[in-house]
Amino acid sequence: MSDIKLAPAPPGVTGSGFFATTLDKAVGLARANSLWPLPFATSCCGIEFMATMGATYDLARFGAERPSFSPRQSDMLLVMGTIAKKMGPVLKQVYIQMAEPRWVIAVGACASSGGIFDTYSVLQGIDEVIPVDVYVPGCPPRPEAILDGVMRLQEIVRTESVRRRETEEYKALLESYGIHKNG
Amino acid sequence: MAKLENETLIGYLREAFGEEISGVEEPFGLLSITTAKEKILEVLAFLKTHKDLQFIYLTDITAVHYPEQALSIAVVYHVHSLVNNRRIRIKVFLDGNRPEIPSATSIWNGANWMERETYDFFGVLFQGHPDLRRILNVDEMEVFPMRKEYPLEDPNRVDKKDFFFGR
Repeated sequence: MSDIKLAPAPPGVTGSGFFATTLDKAVGLARANSLWPLPFATSCCGIEFMATMGATYDLARFGAERPSFSPRQSDMLLVMGTIAKKMGPVLKQVYIQMAEPRWVIAVGACASSGGIFDTYSVLQGIDEVIPVDVYVPGCPPRPEAILDGVMRLQEIVRTESVRRRETEEYKALLESYGIHKNG
Repeated sequence: MAKLENETLIGYLREAFGEEISGVEEPFGLLSITTAKEKILEVLAFLKTHKDLQFIYLTDITAVHYPEQALSIAVVYHVHSLVNNRRIRIKVFLDGNRPEIPSATSIWNGANWMERETYDFFGVLFQGHPDLRRILNVDEMEVFPMRKEYPLEDPNRVDKKDFFFGR
């Protein structure tokens, strides 16, 4: 008997030979268990992420098997490390190049708030340039903390409405960052 | 070849420039002199081309801000004689309101980025520099951040505000 746990089925109506649930839940289940990460690593948090991807912690267990390194094909942007102000436009460009739906995790104190680098040359948190879904605290966070952040993002993804990206609120959020849909 | 000592070196400089060389110090054995911005290119070219000195390597150009001094910006040149294994530091004090100094790019091409960096952080205007613009900071920056009147901290930082600590 294998002890591998499969993703549980979403709540729904079961009968003989059929299972009915909402599209939201089915799509959410699929998305949450196939998040393709895009690591944007600039410093020590990136080293912790390497450990997270390694065999001991094995991020692939969560369906994040394939680090993309191409923003076009990834869903989950992990920003790990100090982002200098000069790097800000680059990070924003990477975010814009990702296709919807896209999520962002700010890993570590620097990406979340600037960390110890309270200085004129460093971005005081990446949420100054792109919207962030999950913040992982730590300097640097241990792999367990990064995994916890990914699992919390999975929860957000699992429960997200399939129409969220079409809402006025979401468009207003992107507009507030100066990011325009369709170019 | 005889080892080039600091006494010999300052002798050469005094012979060539006389009273234009001042503020001679030797902290930690590193000869340090002060000169005027009108003479700096001549001094650098002399050090580089004199056959007994051959200070052929420009280690660094930077600046220091002394807000309490009348001449508040000091531009500092570190030059290294690879031939004689000897270093020298040359300082030029400038008016902080309009710090202008001739560019050393005519002597060392490598001075280009060092002078851009010094402009970027201290606002020193190097006359005759081929491309004097910011090199490390974002182009939109309006201040020269290593000058003491500008705060080190970023004004956008929120999590250190007093009200988070009951102050």
